[in-house]
Amino acid sequence: MKVDRRSFLGLGIGAVAGIAVSPVGAKLTDDFSIWTQNWPWTPVPPDGEVSYDRSVCNLCPGSCGITVRKIDGRPVKIEGLDTYPVNDGGVCLHGIAGLQYLYDPSRVKTPLKKVNQRFVPISWDEALAMVTGRLKQLQEDQNPEALACITGSAQGSVPGLFNHFMAAFGSPNCLTMPDLESWLVLTATTLHGPKQTLGFDIDHSDYILSFGAGLIDGWGSPVACIQAMAGRKQREATLVQIEPRLSNTAAGADRWIPVKPGTEADLAMGMCGVLLKENLFDPVFAQGFTGGFMRFTAMVQKEYPLDKVAEVTGVSADDIQKTAIAFAKAKMPVALPGKGRGEGAQSLKEFAAVHTLNCLTGNINKKGGVFVKPLPDYLSFPDPVIDDMAQKGAAAEPLAASVQELMARIDQSDQSPVEVLVVYNANPCFALNDPSRVAAAFEKIPFKVCVSPYMDETAMASDVILPVSTFLEQMEDVPSRAGLAASVVGLARPMVKPVFDTRSPGDVVIALAGALGGGVAQSFPWENYEDCLKQLAGQIWKPLTRKGHVIVSGRPPAGSVETDFSFLAENPDTLKPAGDQEFTLIPIDNFRVPSTVPAPSPFAIKTVSDRILKGTDMFVEINPQSANHLKDGGFATLTTPAGSVRVRVHFNDGIMPGVIGMVKGLGHTLNNRYVSGKGVNINALISPTIEPGSGMDAAYGIRAGISKA
Amino acid sequence: MIHDKKAHKYGMVIDLDKCTGCGTCAVSCMSENNVPFKEDESDKKDSITWMRVYRLTNGRPFPDTEVVYMPRPCQHCGGKGDHGHSPCVSVCPATATDYGYDTGIVSQIYTRCFGCRYCMAACPYHARYFNWWDPVWPEGMEKYLSPNVSPRMRGVVEKCSFCYHRYQLAREKAYVNGTDEVPEADYQTACTTACPAGAIVFGDLNNPSHKVHQIVKPDPHPDPLNPDVVGKSRNPRVFRLLERLGTNPKVYYMSEREWVRKMGDHYLDGEWDKVKNVYGSASHE
Ligand code: SF4
Ligand code: SF4
Ligand code: SF4
Repeated sequence: MKVDRRSFLGLGIGAVAGIAVSPVGAKLTDDFSIWTQNWPWTPVPPDGEVSYDRSVCNLCPGSCGITVRKIDGRPVKIEGLDTYPVNDGGVCLHGIAGLQYLYDPSRVKTPLKKVNQRFVPISWDEALAMVTGRLKQLQEDQNPEALACITGSAQGSVPGLFNHFMAAFGSPNCLTMPDLESWLVLTATTLHGPKQTLGFDIDHSDYILSFGAGLIDGWGSPVACIQAMAGRKQREATLVQIEPRLSNTAAGADRWIPVKPGTEADLAMGMCGVLLKENLFDPVFAQGFTGGFMRFTAMVQKEYPLDKVAEVTGVSADDIQKTAIAFAKAKMPVALPGKGRGEGAQSLKEFAAVHTLNCLTGNINKKGGVFVKPLPDYLSFPDPVIDDMAQKGAAAEPLAASVQELMARIDQSDQSPVEVLVVYNANPCFALNDPSRVAAAFEKIPFKVCVSPYMDETAMASDVILPVSTFLEQMEDVPSRAGLAASVVGLARPMVKPVFDTRSPGDVVIALAGALGGGVAQSFPWENYEDCLKQLAGQIWKPLTRKGHVIVSGRPPAGSVETDFSFLAENPDTLKPAGDQEFTLIPIDNFRVPSTVPAPSPFAIKTVSDRILKGTDMFVEINPQSANHLKDGGFATLTTPAGSVRVRVHFNDGIMPGVIGMVKGLGHTLNNRYVSGKGVNINALISPTIEPGSGMDAAYGIRAGISKA
Repeated sequence: MIHDKKAHKYGMVIDLDKCTGCGTCAVSCMSENNVPFKEDESDKKDSITWMRVYRLTNGRPFPDTEVVYMPRPCQHCGGKGDHGHSPCVSVCPATATDYGYDTGIVSQIYTRCFGCRYCMAACPYHARYFNWWDPVWPEGMEKYLSPNVSPRMRGVVEKCSFCYHRYQLAREKAYVNGTDEVPEADYQTACTTACPAGAIVFGDLNNPSHKVHQIVKPDPHPDPLNPDVVGKSRNPRVFRLLERLGTNPKVYYMSEREWVRKMGDHYLDGEWDKVKNVYGSASHE
């Protein structure tokens, strides 16, 4: 057959027609599109019955009530619990991200021990035996005080059990990381006597004078404070914010008064001077002024004249005078201490001076004022059984007044006075100033036990890790704290079975005590933690389990309050930031970046601005007026007496010239790639300065230099 | 079948004077809607954030600087004249994004989307995000994913849905209760309920009993100066972003401060004073 042009074309047309008519092509296209719409690798979350369960969040001192939405028992979403007395339905991003902590890549999945600088999994029995072995050795050596313990907070039954253990074992060296609550307790103790704390009724106050308290930046109970601030304009309550940088709180305040960093205490003293001079203090409340009021008055008049205070603080004399008078003349004024979140390094002088303003106005134990209230005592611990050795150990002089002081002491020693250290729910190797010195101190301690859900910086520096459950996997009482006026106890309940081989920290302490035998074991007569909590909670156990929370007290405490001025009357020094360089570096507390325990969640990191963190680069804020030759967005070298880092520069008109700000809480080195290796830990740039009167680290900032990199 | 004959117009108003910039809305959205995360989220162009909180400043030097935060979900535009021709819907060749005439919600159907990203180019609010990678959750973490929202895959666009699944659930509930009406409290978005400051108010802009309607007081008539603009707020403190484009967003913003309201659009020198809210918000400083 001859294929001519025509038949060739015919063939072609036929083929085209054939292909077009044939179902094969259409079928193939269809199959292809169906294939492209198959994504077997994207998870299909299983559906099921929906239920809601309630609990309490304890990721921060906020203690918010939460609800957990579950699908066939599997938690999928955390939200705020309506009508809960702390947060009434509100919640914050960290609480919502709680489920990410449950499956966090840095969770410790089983007990671990360090062998040749590497962790190997061991059984719970072996882990507990290792720890009790060391503790028995201390007992044999008649040296119980060589055991030290660090907890993340002092409130609630679990820290209580650690304390109880230390008492029964016979060591006075049980310390708490500095948080707002510990500062408030210290302040109340200094001014009003022991076993008390302060609550601020900011919901009802009509004039809030905040010395840097980040009321919408995470101070105190964060959600409760945000809610109080949201209603503030309607109540026509005034907020005056005093701090060197325009924080979000300052941005939302009626007035922002920039002050030179580290001079807040002097400013408060200056304002006290105005109140005393103008006779604006409450004569009735002044009847309770005991030790040193006259001395204090004389000292303030002499040492804090307005012009001098104005010069030191950078706030004009006129401003100081007017603000102090407006404060004193308000109906329900409240002065708030505690910069940023109110945790970390601060000074007792500052807390005491600010709270003295409250005492002078006499707005104490009244609605819209400051509540001087007893420490929560809803738990009735039995007296520990103290044997001879425990008695001897307990009588020993405590090694330090604060964790920072303890670490400095160990760091400087040839042989560590602490032989066994137990850390619970705290990350001193990250959160304290100059963490490299803390790590060096850790090196000197022969045996460190970390009781933590996460492989954080402190866990990595430990010898044994006892992995505990997160707040979503266990029961625990969660008392409100951190400056809340009302005292509420909530009950966190297990929302899901432990995801890994973890135990509740209460059970860990009880097991350790039982294995030690003797007086320590006798001091822990409980089967397990749940049994223990039930007995400790006594009468409130029933309502606690039924309602999920109990309001211990919501009203201003009754009775008179005495105020002792002797601490301030001595006019303790205001500690200046160390160093002599041109700038002052200050930490910024950013709501989205938790700076202690736990580390930020992946979601939280995702919300961090690209003007704080870009890739792994850290930004610092500086006012363009004092930036000299630096460029916005450019690289620079930041140097302080403690170290030097490469950073990028962010021009912020809202920070005082001469001040550099850096967000606190980044620069983690833990085992979670979504959170680690990002930015710089500002604590590494600040060397601690121990305040003589309190033993606390008061180094809020440090002098720094910055130059183009 | 539910025969809900009334056309709803779901929308929100965000009080920028109340917003604290805390970011809770953004995380609530991520958790509610199975939004993934990756190792580096600092390149904000490819960081999937249906709700993103922007920081705005008045640009004045120290100490007169002011800052506000502006949460930005999808604006659920009604398009010119509010006829449902949203910028993104008009350009989607696959009808993967569509306008719900019964709700005013702009939908996104992931399995229809083939990733041309025309909609992203068309959206004036940068509300849309492209999945450059498949989502990967750290081992075990996929256990917290919600069955109400399907996880997305590489190659598709996603954005805020006004938590449409919550609307579906609320409608089911209404159906079970034997009513057509979805009560205001039953359909609230995840960002709204999470916001600790109560800065976000959500509801039906068409329903005078809903709070959002009462705050916004939307004008049913077209703007006399620009007939493309419908639903302009009669509250002098309320504004929309790039309102004069005629995209007719259903997300409104509110502030006492004039400089903040002025940030809602671009103005030539001297123009602002002429075009300030036609209802005459002279100054609320
Ligand atoms: S404020 Fe604190 S307690 Fe409340 S939800 Fe957030 S992290 Fe949890
Ligand atoms: S949750 Fe509320 S206060 Fe926080 S950023 Fe979002 S809108 Fe603002
Ligand atoms: S409405 Fe829903 S989807 Fe949209 S931003 Fe808010 S939480 Fe996200």
